[in-house]
Amino acid sequence: MTALNMNRRRLLAAASAGVGLAFAGRVAAQTNGPANKLVVVIARGAMDGLSVTVPYGDPNYVPLRGGLAIAAPGEANGALALGEGFGLHPALAGLHDLYGLGQMRFAPAVALPVRIRSHFDAQDVLENGGEGLRQQTDGWLNRAIVAAGGTSLKGLSIGAQTPLILRGDAPVSSWAPGGQVRGGDRIASLLQDLYVEDPMLGQNLARGLATEELVGQGQNMDGDEARVRRNDVQGLGRAVARLMTGAEGADIVAVSLDGWDTHAGQKAQLQTRLTGLDQLVTGLKDGLGETWSRTAVVVATEFGRTARANGTQGTDHGTGSSLLLAGGAIKRGGPIGDWPTLADNRLFEDRDLAPTMDIRSVFKGVLRDHMGLDRAALDARVFPASAAEAPAMDGLV
Amino acid sequence: MASSPTDAAIALTRLGLGARPGEIERVAADPRGWATAQIRPQGAPQPSGQFADTAERVAQYVDYQSDAGQVRRDRRPPTSMASDTAQTASAADPQAVARREARQAARRDITQDTAQEFLARAQLGATTDDGFAERWALFWANAVTVSAVKFASGAFVGQYEREAIRPHVFGRFEDLVLAAEQHPAMLLYLDQARSVGPDSMAGARRNAGLNENLAREMMELHTVGADGGYTQGDVTELARALTGWSIPTARDQGQTANPSPNRPRRARAMANQIEPGPDGFVFRANVHEPGVRTVMGKTYPASGLAQGQAILRDLARHPATAKRLSRRLAAHFVADDPPPALVARLEDAWTRSGGDLAQVARALIDAPETWTPQPAKIKTPYDFVVSTHRALGTRPQRIQPLRQALLDMGQPPFAAPSPEGWPDAAADWAGPDALVKRLNWSRTAADAAQAADPNALAVAALGARLSERTRLAVARAESRPEALTLLFMSPEFQRR
Repeated sequence: MTALNMNRRRLLAAASAGVGLAFAGRVAAQTNGPANKLVVVIARGAMDGLSVTVPYGDPNYVPLRGGLAIAAPGEANGALALGEGFGLHPALAGLHDLYGLGQMRFAPAVALPVRIRSHFDAQDVLENGGEGLRQQTDGWLNRAIVAAGGTSLKGLSIGAQTPLILRGDAPVSSWAPGGQVRGGDRIASLLQDLYVEDPMLGQNLARGLATEELVGQGQNMDGDEARVRRNDVQGLGRAVARLMTGAEGADIVAVSLDGWDTHAGQKAQLQTRLTGLDQLVTGLKDGLGETWSRTAVVVATEFGRTARANGTQGTDHGTGSSLLLAGGAIKRGGPIGDWPTLADNRLFEDRDLAPTMDIRSVFKGVLRDHMGLDRAALDARVFPASAAEAPAMDGLV
Repeated sequence: MASSPTDAAIALTRLGLGARPGEIERVAADPRGWATAQIRPQGAPQPSGQFADTAERVAQYVDYQSDAGQVRRDRRPPTSMASDTAQTASAADPQAVARREARQAARRDITQDTAQEFLARAQLGATTDDGFAERWALFWANAVTVSAVKFASGAFVGQYEREAIRPHVFGRFEDLVLAAEQHPAMLLYLDQARSVGPDSMAGARRNAGLNENLAREMMELHTVGADGGYTQGDVTELARALTGWSIPTARDQGQTANPSPNRPRRARAMANQIEPGPDGFVFRANVHEPGVRTVMGKTYPASGLAQGQAILRDLARHPATAKRLSRRLAAHFVADDPPPALVARLEDAWTRSGGDLAQVARALIDAPETWTPQPAKIKTPYDFVVSTHRALGTRPQRIQPLRQALLDMGQPPFAAPSPEGWPDAAADWAGPDALVKRLNWSRTAADAAQAADPNALAVAALGARLSERTRLAVARAESRPEALTLLFMSPEFQRR
């Protein structure tokens, strides 16, 4: 694998020519039999794409990343080869197995249509599907349900409250695991930082969380799988799968995974987060059984992280990041979109991975070919005024 | 007095229930004036909603009690039958079953009403502009606690707060405590309604006797305090004086609640030796222990209802009462171990004004100790939950999640663990498990919040009290829910 292979790989040249046919065929398939399933996983906090789909073949990767670089396939703790100079983070073994089955794809350099580095604002744009900030008060996944006929698809969000991506006119349900906060949670360490001058609160909270941890272990030993705890991502995956099967099962699901804002100590944090992501997807696959063949999972984040490591073994807010697709419905294939390279003159604002594709193109391709939405609705309603900027990507499912 | 930039935030958090968006700016010009303006002769604001008043609740409760008596009689086997066959017969009796179900339904209705009262109070707390008056009212409700741990007192606790406490919190303490002790909620909670003078007409007939519960708590918890200088003999004497303080029964209701036009109410009542007092209160002369009473060295002539009232007023005016409640006020609003100077100021205002709570409230607002920047108090779970709603500009919509959250954090609605009321120190509320539960609540509230800009929300909620550390943590959070969770769990939001 050389850098040349990865250079400026062109998008499918005939993309627009094939749209009509693909669309017609897929709608016919969708109207017969049970609905296809779509799970959108939002990695909140800005997932570091350069550690997820590792561009080990890019000669600038190791120099930029230094100690944060993931080793090439074959080396100790090396990436899991994906071809064309990319490899998956070693924590994503389950997803790599799916890649071997032709059930996993990745887009190495996608971004929102706007360049913002605020988590809150960027998550809004990611979820509302507009071109900029606060252009929509509802979410594109909900508008997709409306465009598909309103009641034919059942939406479900995982969490105490419906995230923006699923808010809107179509009624959707929600479910939250009953788990408690645990000592290992990100919030626990952030709070300890807040409590440095308030030792009473700091010590008491730490003690309380340690107790919770013991209670949690006791429950695991009892083999109580019905209760899903906050950190049990595989259990969460299986639980979500249960909610997606059967006649009343959900067709469109939004899940949030927190903890991706890796400003310091990135390697250890990502090991944990990506292990969780891998468990979520494999939990879904195991739980869905044969329905997995009709399922597409999209993993997206609000933006990427700086190409260079910062001074605290982490990375700061960036621009382009990776998107992952998985599921029995996904078509075998290589990287989605161009690789911009990490050459000095290619970095966005001399610091970030430059995006080569509007993330909405992937969403639209999946909605059209997997959920049977028509192109006009996608261009005008689900992702308003997106026809020119973000044409639906072909050949994903 | 000149205001510093932190004074508005201190006023709204230490004297109130937390700032709502925009409130700090509105209060900033005159934080002391904001609090002082809430001192009104008519008392604290009332929760809104259609609720039974005390008289109506007494009627419902009396109905429930007489149904309960009938249900008990249904269960009791007739003497001529063996008990096992009697139970079978009773269970099969459709009328008895219907009565039992009606009684359960009545109990459920009353419990649900009380739950709605609590929700209405929390909604008032979340939305009121008079946060100081509300905190002041809640302090007094807790100082003379009625707890819903008993069904009977729970049936009246909403009416108690609305009718016995709130109208009196800026009046004289003796009027407040008199209204409280004569309310059915208190008479039932501390068993006064069942206390019978041994030498009264009824006592001689029924072999019933004194119940000292209310008398003891009146002295120990409501007025002079355990070290107030009274003896067991004083408690018993007060208990004797209080005999006859009671609530209506079904028999009274039949005669007093539906007055016939040709017999004046008072005449009928007197014929039955009942002296009507405030709504829901009756004085039963035939239960009252006759004779002169001596309490803490003072002699009170036999005067029926007036005898107990006179003792209670003296207890309310006692210097030990001023001292004890001044300290409790300072410990509630300012610090678990309050500055002696502050306690002295409140006590002085109390003594000089003859227990005028409006003057005591003014003294609290004017005291420099009230405005020290360093927060020393941990919010109670109720105040914490209400203040998160205020910060978000929302109000609780349903009782069940509110009840569960408060139960988890250790302060179930209207259900103080003892007549002493809710505790008031950090150690009581900020233990390890309680903080985990606060974190769970914070996450739930943050997940459900619709806040566009957590940074602006943090500034609006805490103003100049927002620390740089918390400001940065909120700004750097990776999501809105994380930002709000950090805000709610920050030391300056937990404390006041």
